[in-house]
Amino acid sequence: MHSFGYRANALLTFSLTILALMCAMASVSDNLNSQSPTATVQVLNVNRFQKKSNGDDEVGITLDISADLQSLFTWNTKQVFVFLAAEYSTPKNSLNQVSLWDGIIPAKEDAKFSIKTKNKYRFIDQGSNLRGRDFNLSLHWHVMPKTGKMFADKLVLSGYRLPESYR
Amino acid sequence: MGWIGEQIDSVKSMQFRQLFTQAISLGMIVTSALIIWKGLMCITGSESPVVVVLSGSMEPGFKRGDILFLHMSKEPIRAGEIVVFNVDGREIPIVHRVIKVHEREDTGEVDVLTKGDNNFGDDRLLYAQGQMWLQRHHIMGRAVGFLPYVGWVTIIMTEQPLIKYVLIGALGLLVITSKE
Repeated sequence: MHSFGYRANALLTFSLTILALMCAMASVSDNLNSQSPTATVQVLNVNRFQKKSNGDDEVGITLDISADLQSLFTWNTKQVFVFLAAEYSTPKNSLNQVSLWDGIIPAKEDAKFSIKTKNKYRFIDQGSNLRGRDFNLSLHWHVMPKTGKMFADKLVLSGYRLPESYR
Repeated sequence: MGWIGEQIDSVKSMQFRQLFTQAISLGMIVTSALIIWKGLMCITGSESPVVVVLSGSMEPGFKRGDILFLHMSKEPIRAGEIVVFNVDGREIPIVHRVIKVHEREDTGEVDVLTKGDNNFGDDRLLYAQGQMWLQRHHIMGRAVGFLPYVGWVTIIMTEQPLIKYVLIGALGLLVITSKE
């Protein structure tokens, strides 16, 4: 009853249980955090707007993205993955979401940022439906914890419109 | 030397009924583990409710050796979700983030493009020959939670099968020779 084997086994089980409990509590504590992120996005310029050889429209744009995501960070946050997606609908597709830019915020200090950037990923439609198209730009964030449940949300900014003709 | 002698004596002194009981309790342990696994599959609606991260393509968010909890619901696939998918012809599932979604107005089906956070380009290189998009049936689940480091046990056992056999052999020996 008091052999090394029994003691080691009891110690291991107990420590694993405590560890699992701590991970669960850390994850639950994330729910107590109230979040108030803000963001603005400006389309500085439409650099390129053409129909490719296979018939799909492609847009190249320069964006000015400013955001303050500091309120999303808790002690259990490892990083926040943030990306900006253009969302629009066409006659063929009820919903299109195209990620234009993404970034990783490793710490709270870096969560308040303002950058000017060209779109990192190609903005290509399935078809030729982008001329004069209204679209929303939504800033999505994905909070990845040190342990436990991940959660994601977004901020939708509307009122953007692509030019009527190619350039 | 004396310890080995004791073990051999204990094996010889066992009666058939005792051995049988030990074998049945071992079977019960294995079966209950299987029941828990299948139960998890039903609850999460996913073929594999827990996966181990094998590559560094999602760093620094997910490192090699982390485990991910998956859940599959009828909700439509949206950009930003971290999904686990199988490519035809590859047996190992891939865990990456959705960066593009095109959902058909008429059928409701989706074309999805994924990319690992730490990769430079999107996943078209990983898809099957000529495949440009993933469809819903390729996707096994969404990652909803994760635990760091726990998956190293599985990685070590897969990549060094010797350790797996040694562990199982030792466990079997322990069960047979225990006095309770």
